[in-house]
Amino acid sequence: MSHYISITESERAEMLKAIGVADVAELFHDVPADLRFPTLDLPAALAEGEMARELRRLSSKNSDVLNYSCFLGAGAYNHFIPAAVDSLLRRSEFYTAYTPYQPEISQGTLQAIFEYQSLMCGLLQMDAANASHYDGATAMAEGAIMAISATRNRRKIVVAPSVHPQYRGVLRSYTQGLGVTITGDENPAASVADAAALVDNETAVFIVQSPDFLGVLHDLKPVAEQIHAAGALLLMVTNPIALGLFQTPGMVGADIAVMEGQPLGIPLSFGGPYVGVFSCTEKLLRRMAGRLVGVTTDLNGQLGYVLTLQTREQHIRREKATSNICTNQGLMALAATIYTSLMGKTGLRKVAELCYQRAHYAAKAIGNLAGYEVLEQGAFFHEFVVRCPRPVAEITQALHAQGIIGGYDLSKDYPHLGNAMLICVTEQNTKNDIDQLVAVLGG
Amino acid sequence: MHTYEPPIFELSSPGKIGAALPDAGVPETELPAHLLRDDDLAGLPEISETEVVRHFTRISQRNFCIDTGMYPLGSCTMKYNPKIHEDAARLPGFAFIHPLQAEETVQGALQLTYELQNILAEISGFDQVCLQPAAGAQGEFAGILVFRAYHLDRGDDQRDEVLCPNSAHGTNPATAAMVGFKVVEIATDSRGNVDLADLRAKVGPRTAGLMLTNPNTLGLFDENVHEVAKIVHEAGGLMYGDGANFNAILGIVKPGDVGFDFMHYNLHKTFTTPHGGGGPGCGAVGCKEFLADYLPGPIVALKEGQYTRHTPVKSIGRLKAFKGNFGMFVRAYTYIRMLGAAGLRSVSEHAVLNANYLRVNLDKIYPVAYDRTCMHEVVLQGKIKGAPSVHTLDIAKRLIDFGFHPPTVYFPISVAESIMIEPTETESKRNMDAFIDAMKQIAHEAVENPELLHAAPTTAPVRRLDEATAARRPILKYDQAAIAALLSK
Repeated sequence: MSHYISITESERAEMLKAIGVADVAELFHDVPADLRFPTLDLPAALAEGEMARELRRLSSKNSDVLNYSCFLGAGAYNHFIPAAVDSLLRRSEFYTAYTPYQPEISQGTLQAIFEYQSLMCGLLQMDAANASHYDGATAMAEGAIMAISATRNRRKIVVAPSVHPQYRGVLRSYTQGLGVTITGDENPAASVADAAALVDNETAVFIVQSPDFLGVLHDLKPVAEQIHAAGALLLMVTNPIALGLFQTPGMVGADIAVMEGQPLGIPLSFGGPYVGVFSCTEKLLRRMAGRLVGVTTDLNGQLGYVLTLQTREQHIRREKATSNICTNQGLMALAATIYTSLMGKTGLRKVAELCYQRAHYAAKAIGNLAGYEVLEQGAFFHEFVVRCPRPVAEITQALHAQGIIGGYDLSKDYPHLGNAMLICVTEQNTKNDIDQLVAVLGG
Repeated sequence: MHTYEPPIFELSSPGKIGAALPDAGVPETELPAHLLRDDDLAGLPEISETEVVRHFTRISQRNFCIDTGMYPLGSCTMKYNPKIHEDAARLPGFAFIHPLQAEETVQGALQLTYELQNILAEISGFDQVCLQPAAGAQGEFAGILVFRAYHLDRGDDQRDEVLCPNSAHGTNPATAAMVGFKVVEIATDSRGNVDLADLRAKVGPRTAGLMLTNPNTLGLFDENVHEVAKIVHEAGGLMYGDGANFNAILGIVKPGDVGFDFMHYNLHKTFTTPHGGGGPGCGAVGCKEFLADYLPGPIVALKEGQYTRHTPVKSIGRLKAFKGNFGMFVRAYTYIRMLGAAGLRSVSEHAVLNANYLRVNLDKIYPVAYDRTCMHEVVLQGKIKGAPSVHTLDIAKRLIDFGFHPPTVYFPISVAESIMIEPTETESKRNMDAFIDAMKQIAHEAVENPELLHAAPTTAPVRRLDEATAARRPILKYDQAAIAALLSK
């Protein structure tokens, strides 16, 4: 018997007697007899020490960003994570608790979510943020669905081609049964203005990203005016670290703002678990999906926290709910809360500046290399596009041999750019790392 | 111990920071002035690391959790979360790899993913598994999108209804609606099974499929599951299995063998990846061969000794950026590899043994919704003889004073005053006996001194909370003035 089970043989016998059955198998008499107790063809059980060894073996087959210098971003970013984040995440009180359905004994989780909502609103300058979505992409898709419900009969979604390609993929998956049209990104070379020009009085929402997938920062204030004039909503996808310095969705006048929260203290972890940050204006609040925590008082008048406005949610409203979301990314939202608290206003600005300064240093140095050209696209944050003299896959292979994880190959998503690589530089890349990258590319 | 802790914003004072950051060390580039934010990040606090750590440690102590006590939340499978899982997911080669790295640089991670796909398929009797969905509800979404794609691909475009038993989780009807289907509710019969007559009356050429949780949310294995599947299949519909209650049937029966075409697994329930106060989870999905081409992607395959990713030819598309909640794959993989086939069967045997032990010890005092052998959870009713003023909510709150997390209450909605108890296999007999004693004591108090129940809890960090005010005048982010006004009332 496994070391996770605390029932002894004699207790088992006693319990079976109390139930009134001869053996455990009898408890399963409702299961069709011919299908009962099938053989499971699984590898033999391992002891903890054996398992730990096996895990280390599998883990060591991967090239990690602790041992390689990483210039890959494209939606998942290698940022510094203070040790205090994981130390707190490993507290059982947080990670072995369920959704806070019993508020009197879940005040820790509830207060943390309330602080998460508050911090995200502060970062984005938006009115309300929910307790999280699965990731940035699903937050964006749910935002588009919310916009459709908020604009009544409008069934058209316009999306700029510079929105993350995988996010646009998720948007299409999510809306495939809803009878909506998605347009704007047919031509990967189209500009934000080109896409925005397609917004008309049938359009529910315009989706734009800044900094966009190719790293470019956009001034979205004029775009917001144009979209609102057509009676549509503006959904802005952004990056939480960029918000340490740059234009916020609130400043722009976005109705809905979403972002991947992974840069806020969450390890790369091969793509997840991350956290989808979702926010909107006061006006849209009651159409929002997902959990929300509010403040109240208890019988003694003490400040307390509860899940609130639950009549939007599936466990109350079933098929009339705003979404089917139930389990979210709570613990990852806690990581973002702790990270944002540690950094605070000074730290977040500093991280953003480090990314900006080092990325611009790298871009200049690479732009000076023969055969390489940094695409002139306007202001950028911490990612930029480099046109390369050879296919990107060949280059990243050569870089890997020198201990470097190269940038993202844009040739599939943006073929018009040719042999183009999207390079990301964060505060984790030192000047030496950058100089070495330049040397290998130049060599 | 007094654990009250003010909102973190009240710890802030100008000039503090909680992290040590380096200098840029490169020549400076000017910032684009017209694109900068203009509020000096006014909404963010300034706090030292010491204070941040103490703040979150203190608020953590206001939580009940599995590691502090029995957490018998029905349908949530709050079992022990092994500690090796946490170390495993944090190994450098798992926690610090980028999702877009070249395949040859992440072969170990892809191998783990591939093996977990195959293991889940084997346990459940399906042909292909995809691990991408992030939670049970997203697994459901994948399944119903696949059903839609399958029917449309066959030119069968009249199927616009999804059937859900009235005992279904709220996510089932919400999912069907999100895919654009009309939801048709099916009644439950007197033994807690799907009502076959009602099913026959409602199934037809408009049926895309039926979503069934089995064991169902009444804690019962549907005795007619074969017949249900036959009726749905004969009408051209498909069978969706909600795997929320899979913990009852590991090595007991394979859902793929009893007529399900597609199902989701809750790795955060059955395979004990921690619930994290609401998430993350993993809602991996499995299906029969004839639906595999429609699955979301990417899926990992083994070709010529190399692990590679691919998206099925008629895929419904991706449901998330990247690959899924990989950290949860590592934990679930570790769990299964350490238990093996016999260990998994033992999990379900003990989960069912424990639930039935609670059932027979409590059903004299708390009426059982359906008087049958239950599976991994038992549904009682908070109707105590001689205590008309006492409701399920009071019983739940009083359990807190006895040191237990309350069971799931008021769900399933088809049972009045329901109390749904799932002890899981990791609870000891000693704890369950203490729980039984507490439930008996509460029933006694309900008659003798119901005020004790109405006033409960009195030992938790806070007393009962005013949820009505929270909803009427929502304060959803820190607002010093609004909170002061609330407290002065």
